[in-house]
Amino acid sequence: MTELTKHEPQTVYIQPSKGLAALNLRDLFIYRELIFFMVWRDIKVKYKQTLLGMAWAVVQPVMTMLVFTFLFDRVAKLPTEGVPYPVFSFTALLPWGLFVTALNQGSRSLVAHQNMVTKIYFPRLILPTASVFAGMVDFAIAFVILVGLMFYYQVTPAWHLMWTLPLFLLLAIVTALGVALWLSAINVQYRDVNQALPFLTQFWLFATPVAYSASVISEQWQILYSLNPMAGVVNGFRWALLGVGNGPDLSLWVSVGISILIFISGLFYFKSMEKTFADTI
Amino acid sequence: MTTAISVKNIGKQYKIGAAETKFRYNMLRDVIVDTVSAPLRLAKAMIGKSDRRMNQNYVWALKDISFDLEEGKVLGIVGRNGAGKSTLLKILSRVTEPTTGSVTVRGRVGSLLEVGTGFHPELTGRENIYMNGAILGMKRSEIDSKFDEIVDFSEVNQFIDTPVKRYSSGMYLRLAFAVAAHLEPEILVVDEVLAVGDAEFQKKCLGKMGDVAQQGRTVLFVSHNMSAILRLTQEAIVLNKGQLIMRGPTQEAVDYYLSSGQSQAGERTWEADEVPAAAMPFTPISLKVKERSGKVVDTVRSTEPVTVEFEYKLDSSVTGLRVGLYISTVRGEYVFTSFDTDSPELYDKFDTRSAGRYISRAEIPADIFNEGRYTVGVNASSFGVRRYFMDENALAFNVDISGAPGTQWGEPRVGPVRPRLNWKIEKIGE
Repeated sequence: MTELTKHEPQTVYIQPSKGLAALNLRDLFIYRELIFFMVWRDIKVKYKQTLLGMAWAVVQPVMTMLVFTFLFDRVAKLPTEGVPYPVFSFTALLPWGLFVTALNQGSRSLVAHQNMVTKIYFPRLILPTASVFAGMVDFAIAFVILVGLMFYYQVTPAWHLMWTLPLFLLLAIVTALGVALWLSAINVQYRDVNQALPFLTQFWLFATPVAYSASVISEQWQILYSLNPMAGVVNGFRWALLGVGNGPDLSLWVSVGISILIFISGLFYFKSMEKTFADTI
Repeated sequence: MTTAISVKNIGKQYKIGAAETKFRYNMLRDVIVDTVSAPLRLAKAMIGKSDRRMNQNYVWALKDISFDLEEGKVLGIVGRNGAGKSTLLKILSRVTEPTTGSVTVRGRVGSLLEVGTGFHPELTGRENIYMNGAILGMKRSEIDSKFDEIVDFSEVNQFIDTPVKRYSSGMYLRLAFAVAAHLEPEILVVDEVLAVGDAEFQKKCLGKMGDVAQQGRTVLFVSHNMSAILRLTQEAIVLNKGQLIMRGPTQEAVDYYLSSGQSQAGERTWEADEVPAAAMPFTPISLKVKERSGKVVDTVRSTEPVTVEFEYKLDSSVTGLRVGLYISTVRGEYVFTSFDTDSPELYDKFDTRSAGRYISRAEIPADIFNEGRYTVGVNASSFGVRRYFMDENALAFNVDISGAPGTQWGEPRVGPVRPRLNWKIEKIGE
């Protein structure tokens, strides 16, 4: 109780915020521990009271990979640039899985924590941010599976390119966070988002070279195709891990540009809607 | 003395339909329809047929509230349901933004608006303490140093590593309150936490709040429990329909609050904006105190029976509904509680009440009340299922004791009841 006198209490001004209110990143910094706790909680709770527990993080991508292998390799015989199809698709399923989880959890995060939003002050940005990062554990587990797959199929990794992998991971996270900021804020007012999400992710999967190679897209459509930032992420993962594809080119920079655009605009949209969250949720 | 909280002309406007009505959020469809019809509205406005709908969609939950509170003071806030108490606390704790005006707050605001917010049923007590602490803005080191104190206060030591979904509701509540109570903010905001929990726990909570106040922290305390307000605060403000109508020493404020607001003596009616949306399907209509002749009165005679009538409406059928009266003194001590289905016959007959209008009427026999002023609280709930509506302070009435037992002496008698007892005096020896 004597601690009280130790520091000068901070002064807070509460008033109607106008326009694109200051992003107030200071508050986000003050509450940084809360982000950590939310991520930790989401991870901890995710597989509670399930029979398979953490194994779900393995089962989901592996099953998808098996289905893809059957459909697109055995039946459709799609080109894979010399890489065994299971490794080829699993490399893409890694960032895709992270993206989908982040998008789904992030977009629903505000509505899922309604009671917190209407009762306690904290920077609302924490909710979608934490949801996005909570998917990282699944990603790490799936990564171990990929290493095993590469051993099994004796695929030589592209060691010299691998340092770029974290950058592509970052691109995936920024993209997911950007879209989640938009959708979570919209979801507060229009629950249509909940209905649209499954459709959106499915559609997005087809528009991303997860099951197929980006090389099947003809030259003149490449730039249009790269307007989907996840195309850049998936191509980048294949390039950094397996050494296939073109590596950084104009399409990648278009993807990066779009991703940053979504993120920044999402941040501003979120902040401008934030003041009404507690009233409209 | 420095000012801890300075509130200047705060107003909060809500859009009806966004917050309080059944339509909690808009459909995208509505917006599309709205957008399409917008040019039409514009055209109407231009030819002079202004669209009044725009104004009617908004309501001021708070209007032009200003007050300063010095550091270390404990301020009570009283007012009816819907008076704006919770909105005010939400603005002070930054949950929602004011529409107009500004507030300057010196120090960290801790709120007990809702204990246990952020508790996750799958996490253990220990994990939830850390989680909840972080949500309330505590640092991890801070929680570490208070951890043992929190566990002791909550009395759940044995179960600290059990998921809280296995806790009894009492344990859950104690743990939740313990975390919030140990937050030690410079400013503490408390809203009706004391309405829950058993009597002993309530006592403990009140004790803790007293401690907090004595440590020189600033406290804002909202409660319908007038005795708690009187005990814990020296000063209080009274809110009515979003406006601050009085500020003064607690005793004066409480008296003012209790004697004001009844639209008509002996009768209380509820307007739509006073009934929370959560009360559905229950809608209170009126509460009346009547004397034997059937006249609605403000003052009843102790020597005559009194009838209390509660009229309400059910929008759909309700099973196990019981409507009750809480009679208490203006100091907040309960005199008695009674429910309309207390008797086994009525309990069986009104097992389920279909939709419709009802009156629950109770006759309070003569020779119960002592002289003074009493409040009538009403409650509608399904036991163990849900509480639909509660107004602990719906109405007040006076009791006149002329002709009551013992009035020949003219001295005041202590205690809220003045029964006519069947005394016998026997001489049993010389």
